[in-house]
Amino acid sequence: MNEHDTLGERLAQQGISRRSFLKFCAALASMMALPPGAASAIAETLIKTKRPSVIWLSFQECTGCTESLTRSDTPTLENMIFNMISLDYHHTLQAASGYGAEKSREDAMKEFYGKYLLLVDGSIPLKDGGIYSTIAGRTNLDLLQEVAKGAAAIVAVGTCASFGGIPEARPNPTGAVPVSDIIKDKPIINVSGCPPIPVVITGVLAHYLTFGELPALDDLGRPKSFYGQSIHDRCYRRPFYDQGKFAKTFDDEGARNGWCLFELGCKGPITHNACATTKWNGGTSFPIESGHGCLGCSEPHFWDGGSFYAPLSTPTSPLNLATDAVVAGAAIGAGITIANRMKKNAAKSEHQTATVADLEK
Amino acid sequence: MNLQNIPVSIESAEEYSIGSLHALLVEIATLLEEFARDGTRGSIDLNSLPFAAGEYDKLRQFLGQGEVSVRIEAVGPSEIMETRYPGVWWVTHYNVEGDIVADMLEITDIPEIIKSQSADIAAGLELLRAQLNDEVPQ
Amino acid sequence: MDQDLFLTWVRSTGLNIALSIFVLGMLWRLFEIYTLGRKPDLAVPRRVAGASGLRTMFRRSLISPRTYGSSALGYIAGYVFHIGLAIVVLLFAQHIKLIQSITGLSWPSLPAQFIDAAAVVTLATMLLVLVDRISTPVKRFLSTFQDYAAWALTFLPVLTGYLVTKHLLLPYTTMLALHILSAELLLIFLPFTKLIHVFTLWGSRWYNGDVNARKGVAT
Repeated sequence: MNEHDTLGERLAQQGISRRSFLKFCAALASMMALPPGAASAIAETLIKTKRPSVIWLSFQECTGCTESLTRSDTPTLENMIFNMISLDYHHTLQAASGYGAEKSREDAMKEFYGKYLLLVDGSIPLKDGGIYSTIAGRTNLDLLQEVAKGAAAIVAVGTCASFGGIPEARPNPTGAVPVSDIIKDKPIINVSGCPPIPVVITGVLAHYLTFGELPALDDLGRPKSFYGQSIHDRCYRRPFYDQGKFAKTFDDEGARNGWCLFELGCKGPITHNACATTKWNGGTSFPIESGHGCLGCSEPHFWDGGSFYAPLSTPTSPLNLATDAVVAGAAIGAGITIANRMKKNAAKSEHQTATVADLEK
Repeated sequence: MNLQNIPVSIESAEEYSIGSLHALLVEIATLLEEFARDGTRGSIDLNSLPFAAGEYDKLRQFLGQGEVSVRIEAVGPSEIMETRYPGVWWVTHYNVEGDIVADMLEITDIPEIIKSQSADIAAGLELLRAQLNDEVPQ
Repeated sequence: MDQDLFLTWVRSTGLNIALSIFVLGMLWRLFEIYTLGRKPDLAVPRRVAGASGLRTMFRRSLISPRTYGSSALGYIAGYVFHIGLAIVVLLFAQHIKLIQSITGLSWPSLPAQFIDAAAVVTLATMLLVLVDRISTPVKRFLSTFQDYAAWALTFLPVLTGYLVTKHLLLPYTTMLALHILSAELLLIFLPFTKLIHVFTLWGSRWYNGDVNARKGVAT
């Protein structure tokens, strides 16, 4: 079986009925927030697509994003996405290892130069020449720059690849940066989240494969269909926020009644993601529904945004009035002294002495 | 504490409403009218709508069960049912692990997925002919 | 600087600077005022001076035609917006959390619909007060840049706060950061403008009553 047959041919070879595929496209349409009627159109397009080559580079990451995407090894609708693409290189999922693995990557790059899709998870360390993360003896920076050259587009999977994530959090000892800080000449989609919702990852891939172009992106490079609204905008506990009914601790009466979690540190208002609608674990629930405030994991620098349990209206860290006060005090004192001195000098210089003769005029 | 001993309380359906239900029913009525008038099919993706606890069940209760119920096994089960309002079908797709992957209302005379697909018919015909040739050599 | 970084800055460094200048500034100004001192009054006061002071604090707070004269609307609007401001600042759950995080004190909050209404009333009456200042010839003549600046410093936090809760004008994160920034600017300039009346009002009324009692006109 040729790895790069059309999708239709591949499905037929695997004995997957067209009806099954139609069901998968209905799920895809729902994922991509397209009207359900688009399912047949999607099916017709995809069935004729030749499976594109996908290279997945894992850098400074925890593998959570891959875990999110591939929760089981039984054939599922979500995993049908792997029928739609030819995953030619992935550390965790590929069977090959060592030089064999590197060779399959190089072969894929050569054969599909300019057309393959590059998926990256994890941030890229830059400090000390980038030696803090290497693969097969090469720094992440080096590898990324080489593989990106022949890529048609890059999908930065997870907050680490999109914005730097946890390695980039203060004090950022490895000099971690996101993909978009290094590659400037290729289209990049940021699928952020720690990890991203699995159907969001597959939905973005499906969109690219169906329509041959990147979905509409927001100002942080995230697809608007999934990141266009904040958690707060679609939260089912919103009526309680609007009425000012807040849970004060994790197990009080308000919490049991499902009241808003703002006072327990929920970052829902400033976080854009699909958690409130698409939810997790196949639509089971999402953090707020399970009683814990949103962490803001799809936003840049969320690790440095203060305690997860500090409400948005409070300071992010204990106030440090002492040193800042000294600085402020010195500044004010100096400023006022200078102003007063200047006033005094100006008055002095403008002072005109008067003599009796002047007065008699 | 034993796993079995942790108390679990289930939210009752009589909680509160955030108004989604009424708006949804109005939309269903509008789409059904359009279909009755000129055959324009409609669909509503239920996954994308925010439901308060209990509102989803209220929708099920309201739409009820009609005369037709279909079960499909295609990489996981799918349940399709005509509601008590003919022309309003509730289609739910599950994956093999039982998670919902698509949940929608279709306003139509019959949902597309129930019909036999032409590619499958062609493949099935080929298989049938091959088996006829094998079994009945004449 | 992206909007998340901006928000984190106003919630950390910005707040530190603002509170430091506020505390320092207030201490310095109050110190300045109270160390002005007065020459000891060697004469016997004609009335009980302290009582007159207390009485003045009370009587100057009452509304009477003698006090507001021909500017009833502006006077009453002034009262209304002060009360509205107090409700919005002190009885909104999110603000109470902020005060609790700084001082440890907390108290029950009002339902959000009431705060909403109070905010709208505050904005409307503050605009009324501004219009009154501009349209009354005497008030306009007496008004300086500082008067308008003090008005703006107080108006902006209420306006931006309202816009945040209603998700209007700018994306939420930026709007929230601007709201916090406007409150921090208010804190910074409060000790150095007439807004210091927040702390000096009662002392000032007491002093006036006290001084007048010694001169023979008990108020």
